[in-house]
Order: sequence, then structure tokens, then C-alpha cells
Amino acid sequence: MATGIKDKVAILGMGCSKFGERWNDNAEDLVIEAFVEAIEDAGIDKSQIDAAWFGTGIEEQHVGKSAVPLSIALRLPNIPVTRVENYCASGSEAFRGAVYAVASGACDIAMAVGVEKLKDTGYGGLPQRSRGAVNDLYWANASAPGSFAQLAPAYCVRHDVSAQDLKRAMAHISVKSHDNGALNPKAHLRNKINEERVLNAPMIAEPLGLFDCCGVSDGSAVAIVTTPEIAKALGKNNDLTLVKAMQLAASNGREAQHNSWDGSHFVTTRAAAKRAYKEADITKPRDQISLFEVHDCFSITELVTMEDLFISPEGRAVNDIMDGVFDADGALPCQIDGGLKCFGHPIGASGIRMIYEMYLQLNGRAGERQRNDNPSIGMTHNLGGFPHQNICSLTIIGKEGA
Amino acid sequence: MDVGILAYGGYIPKSRLQRAEIFKAHEWFSPNLKGLAKGCRAMANWDEDSVTMASEAARDCIPENRRGNISAVYMASTTFPFLDRQNAGIIVDALNLNSNIQTVDFASSLRAGTAGLIIALQASTGVNGPVLLTAADKRIAKAGSALEMTSGDGAAAFLLGSGPIVARFLGSHTESEDFIDHFRSEGSEYDYAWEERWVRDEGYLKIVPTAINALLEKAGVTATEITTFCFPAAARNIAASIAKKTDIPESAVTDNLQSTCGECGTAHALILLAKALETAEPGDKILVTSFGQGCDALLFEVTGNIKKFSPRTGIVRSLARGRPETNYNRFLAFNGGLQMEMGLRAEVDKNTGLTTHYRNRNMAQRMIGGKCRHCGTAQFPKSNICVNENCGRIDSQDDYPFAERTATLNSYTADRLTYSPDPPAYYGMIQFEEGGRLMSDFTDISSDDILQVGMKLRMVFRVKDYDTKRGFRRYFWKAVPVDTAKGG
Repeated sequence: MATGIKDKVAILGMGCSKFGERWNDNAEDLVIEAFVEAIEDAGIDKSQIDAAWFGTGIEEQHVGKSAVPLSIALRLPNIPVTRVENYCASGSEAFRGAVYAVASGACDIAMAVGVEKLKDTGYGGLPQRSRGAVNDLYWANASAPGSFAQLAPAYCVRHDVSAQDLKRAMAHISVKSHDNGALNPKAHLRNKINEERVLNAPMIAEPLGLFDCCGVSDGSAVAIVTTPEIAKALGKNNDLTLVKAMQLAASNGREAQHNSWDGSHFVTTRAAAKRAYKEADITKPRDQISLFEVHDCFSITELVTMEDLFISPEGRAVNDIMDGVFDADGALPCQIDGGLKCFGHPIGASGIRMIYEMYLQLNGRAGERQRNDNPSIGMTHNLGGFPHQNICSLTIIGKEGA
Repeated sequence: MDVGILAYGGYIPKSRLQRAEIFKAHEWFSPNLKGLAKGCRAMANWDEDSVTMASEAARDCIPENRRGNISAVYMASTTFPFLDRQNAGIIVDALNLNSNIQTVDFASSLRAGTAGLIIALQASTGVNGPVLLTAADKRIAKAGSALEMTSGDGAAAFLLGSGPIVARFLGSHTESEDFIDHFRSEGSEYDYAWEERWVRDEGYLKIVPTAINALLEKAGVTATEITTFCFPAAARNIAASIAKKTDIPESAVTDNLQSTCGECGTAHALILLAKALETAEPGDKILVTSFGQGCDALLFEVTGNIKKFSPRTGIVRSLARGRPETNYNRFLAFNGGLQMEMGLRAEVDKNTGLTTHYRNRNMAQRMIGGKCRHCGTAQFPKSNICVNENCGRIDSQDDYPFAERTATLNSYTADRLTYSPDPPAYYGMIQFEEGGRLMSDFTDISSDDILQVGMKLRMVFRVKDYDTKRGFRRYFWKAVPVDTAKGG
């Protein structure tokens, strides 16, 4: 019987580059920026890292294939390095590799690196690209916003919510992320906006307007993990941050091909959330979890995700959002760092960036945006793909004893 | 044994470009176009070509349950998308016909459609099953030319053979003359045309009557017996002049659809015939003629079966469902008449591996999915393991065609980010009534159409992607609202 990952792995150090339009940096430069912060935070030498995992999604835009670019960039001493890709959940996948390696006892210290350099396409948004030779024969000509936008009409029908009420709640989400991003010096977007501006923005994919969509960014994030024992031996006695759960769920074609899914929610998120709470011994997530980072690639994604994580009751996310539950000063902050929406979305780095913010918050190091209620458990939700075909990766981290 | 027309159908694309808009753009240079600047012309969507229009006409003509015994598929066009890849063969896939079938393309003349019809009628006496003839044209004309005004895009289809024919074939006659009213040579994009007055006096009014008189004499029918006379040329009153010259009653002359559709190239004579059949009465004698390096003339007598058949939509309703297009620039953009800035997103390489294409042709061109023989779940695409989580059997799927199934809309969007030749790109999750679903592109949607969860959709055969680098195009199926497809 599997015992799960809870309390078996500690975060030793983390780093994150500034996200944004890094016109003058290659992906490797961003990796080094995050790595230097992480290794200093961990207080170890590079030679102590036993293995590394390298997450990146659209490598043809920057480093190319394999883990070799990471090994070269950091001049790693011929240790095992693995490149992983799982759509926009690639960063979480790298973290999972490192965490599992430590938990298995195969490594004492392992590292997860995520990076993406998306501002070399010549246009905004994710690159328009092939979906694979066979998929190209029949997949709809769908973009990310167009795919996620469809959650909205399906949600409205499922929960009898008016399009106007939904759009307002979505606007609240984006306004909140901009408020939060304004307090984050590493965030890509730091301007404040208001609801009116969101509602009147140009349409990207109906009903998603410009401010319902996160931008894409250049950036990198790094995590170094080890066992709680080694962390303590290395002097991290007082404030260990432990991994409480890591769960991943991949679509099996049901949503895309079988008529049992109505398009209003994420099948994978619900499956992964149940397992994650069990793994972390969490029975009342809304009460027990201090704060969240969810995959707010689009405002509507954040909205339905709050239900799929069993935080808001089904059909009630609109009310919680409008009540300010998820605001920075609300009962349960979500995207306190600005989220994908404003911190930015360098896709291979995003999963680790979310964990980075939880790590800072749990350790009281989040600066101006620090929660003052002694947060003890943080949860991240990193999604890759489309609502009808995706990867959902969940991570719960918390203080020792939490 | 009598042979003739067993079934007929047609297809006119939805958009109707208003000729006044064309004239507005060109008046400064060609004020003489004013005389043509009336009515509208049918305009194919960006994802339509002669093959897709011919496929839709064929689907209009023959329902799924009448396709089993077809022995041959012919296609006629002067605008085949492929010069060396049989176009009729693509239609075989779109109709999901058997592979033991003869396929032939007829080309190179505006007479190709009627030539194909004559050959198909002749051939149908010697084969076991009926012959399907389709004809379609999407002619590309120079901006500001008369042809741009007078031509239209469209297709027709006929099922020919013996049995419960709706019109008996009484005979045909062909006059072959190398009369070059216009031509398009290898490597040329556009037609080169000679003076209309000469074409009328020496071409239409001499060659066509010769063919008609010869046919009537052969068939032993007098001109006054003709109830319906179809002549496709766009020139005004020309059919009436021919009728007068040959003693065909003036009342028999059919509308050449110049005001509502335009002349659809080699398909046009057949479009006129299909339309005539929609309102024909038993005993009617229909004379169909065409013009192009000579003249084909065919004579049909309508039978009592005419009331027992009707095409799914037909030309009349296809014409009625037209939607005015007032943006001439869009027409130019669709037809390569403008060097448009498409944005960097349009640069994606649309290469198709021909091995990939062949291996998946049933999925892509025939829209065949699978149905589990254990649990009955239908799914698209077909796969080796059933998608039903409560089943999951391996190798349990039988072929299950989706193209003729009706679907309902589950979710949708109008996407302005993804590259589309006609933004926004409309697509969404559609769910087939008998099971199965697809995240599907939609087509023929305009900004004033209202999409709603639960609305009915049907599938149409369209161009999925153009590979401009290699000149290839791949076809797939897209969804259109059922009401849109049926007209009204």
C-alpha cells in the first residue's frame, strides 16, 4: 500500500527569475538567474546536487530538445539530467521528478528547473504550431483562449448562471490578479486595472476579452529538494517546508470523445484533487489550506477550478469570487503573487513559480504581499492542455507538523 | 432499357457578393461594368473548392442509403484543385463509397459538365450500378473583369442509370468546333477572353442552333414540344435568341440565374437542369445545352417518378438561403486577388505527410469513427481501446461513419487569436445524437448568426488547411447549423 509523498521531502531552496519580456536574455540566462537564487537559498554547492529535472514546453522556441541545454547552462558535473514536457504543467513535472527521486532514496538532493522563452515568436500569445501530424488532420483550429473560452457557455448552461454575471466574476478575478501583481517586483504585469476596463476590452475568443487572458512571458524558476533529515543537517531547523502531496491526472480521451462530460469543469482536476487531499490528510480543504495558486491562464479557468478543487461548492464560485473570498485580504487568497495573469506565464517555469510563491508565503518572505495570518499550507494547481484534453498537476506544501 | 436521371441535386455556396460592391471598387477604371452591376453572384467560402462543392451537390442528390451500388463517380470542372490526383476519387471518400468503383475527371472546357453527363448516361447502360456525375466550378477572374461579375460558384450532381428514373434520356448531339471565345493555358491563372459580340453572333447563335436542330431531328421531337430550354451562358437574352432561331417556345427558356447566382462554369448547364427538374411535371421535355469549343445538347423527358424524388436542399432552396456579402475585399482575399498581411501566425507550415494522410484517410476524408461492438459507444476517431471507461475493450470497434449524423452544440467560441482566413474562427464541442463527439471547426457562420448550446448541426466536407508551400490541401469535415444548411 502506497504511503504517499507526505512529509518525505523538504524544499531546501527556491529561486525565480523576474518574469516578463526579457528581450536581452536567452533561456539559459533566465535559468541561471533563478538557479543562483535557489542555490544560495539552499546554502549548498552545485556539486551536492545528485540529479536534475528540466521542464520546458515549447523548446523549439528556445533551448531545443533534451536536458543537455540545462546541463551545459549550469555546467552540471555529468549528473543525471532529464528533460520533461507535459504542456503547461511541465514545471510541476520537473518538480515531481525531483521530489520522487528524493523520496525514493535514489538521491539526497535533487533539483527541478523550469524555463520558457516565449517572447521570441514575434507576436503575443502562445506560438501557433502543429499539434502533431495526425492531430493536424482533424483537430479544430483552436487556440488556448478559444478552447478555455468554451468553459463559459457550458458553465452557464450547467449552473443556470447568466453570461453577464459570469463575465463580471471573471472580471473580478482579473482585477484582483492585477492588484496582486502590482505588489510583486518579479511580476510581468504590475499595472492596476478596473472592472470596467476588463468588460470593455477587445474580444480575444468569446467571451474572453483581453484581460481575461494571461500574457505569455519569459522566465525561469528553480527548486532544490532533499529529505527533511538532510535539510535539518544542513541547518534548516526551524522552518522546514515539506511536500504534503503531489498528484497528477491526465485526460484519457473521455472529455474529448465521450458524451459523459458537459464541458463545464475539469475532470482531471477533480480526480487529482481527491487524491491530493487524501495524500495530505486534508479533509476540509477550504478550512485547512491557507492559500492557493491556481492555473489562471484565463479568468474562467480560475473560476471553475475553485469548484473542481472542492473549495467553492458546485455552481457557487461566482458568489465566492464576488464576495472577495479569494482576494489578497480575503479568507482564502488565490494568486496572491499575481498568478499567471500578472506574474506571467513562461509555461515550463509556471508550476515551479507557483510553488515558489507558496514557499515564500509559508516562510514569511513574500515582502509587501505577505499574508499575516501565518499561512501553514499552500496548494498549487498547474494545468496543461485544453479543458477537453489536459494534464492537471497539484502540489500541496506545508510547514512541518501542518 | 431506358436510362435517365435517377436523382439530382445541387449546391450553391451561401454568400452572395453584391455586384454593385464590385462595381464600386472598379468604376474609376471600368465605368463600362455598370451594365453588369446588378444582382449578386454566388461566392464560395475560403474553405470551399470545386471538390467540396461537388461533394455537397452529390450529398444533396443521394442520401446515405442510396450509395451502396454506385458503379462510377465522374467529376467535371475547369477548376480542379488537383491537376494530377484524381478529384473524383476525393468525392468517393466524401460520400464514403466503396472502392470498387470507376472514377473519371472531365476537364478543359465549359462543355466538360454536359460531356460528362452524356458519357455517364451512355456508360450507365453497360454497368451494374448507377453512375454519379458531379460538376463544379470556382472560376478565378481578374479583378475588374466582366467574368468576375458574371461568374458564380456552384455545383450540381446527377445519379444516372436505369430503374425508377425521374427523367428519360432521349438522346444527345455534340457539335465540336475549335471556337475560342476564351481560353486558359498551362500556368495561367486567368482566362483570356475575346469580344462578346463575336462570341454571340458567330458562336452562340450559330453553333448552338446547329446542335439543337441535329438533336431534335435524331430524337424525332419537334422544337415546339420543348417545355424547358436550358442554356447556361451569362450573356443577356441569348437563350431567348437561340430559342427563337430554333422555334423553341419562348416560354420554355429558363432563367440563367444571372441575377441570383452567376454562371457557375461547366456546372452551370447542370445546375439549370437540376433546378428545372425541381419544378418539372411528368411529360415535360427538357433540352439542355452547353457551349465550349462546340456545343452539347441533351434531351430528357420527365417521368411520373418526378414527384417521388426531391433533393435534400436543391437549387431553389440553396439559392433562397443566400446571404448578401457586401465586402468585396473579402472576396478578393479568398480568391488570391489581394496580397494580404495575414500576420505571423499564418506562417505555420501545413505540411501533410502523405503516409500519414493515406493511413488516416478514412478518418479524415470519410469521417469514419468507431462503434464498440460490446457497449455500443460511438466515438471519433476510432481507436483500439473503447473510450467508455466502463468498457475499455481492446479491438472492439467497428467502422462507424459520422458525416451524415446530426449533432448538437455543447460549447463554442469565436476565436480572434488563432489564424483563420476569415476571422474569427468559430469552433466548439459538438455531440452526435447517436453518440460520439468532436471539438469541431464550424463554417459558414457570420457575425449575426446566434450560436446556442443545444442547437443542431450537420457536417460538411471542406478544406481544412492549405499548404501553400507545396500546393497541397487537406480536407476534413466541419459543422454548420442545420437551419443554415437547409436554407429558409
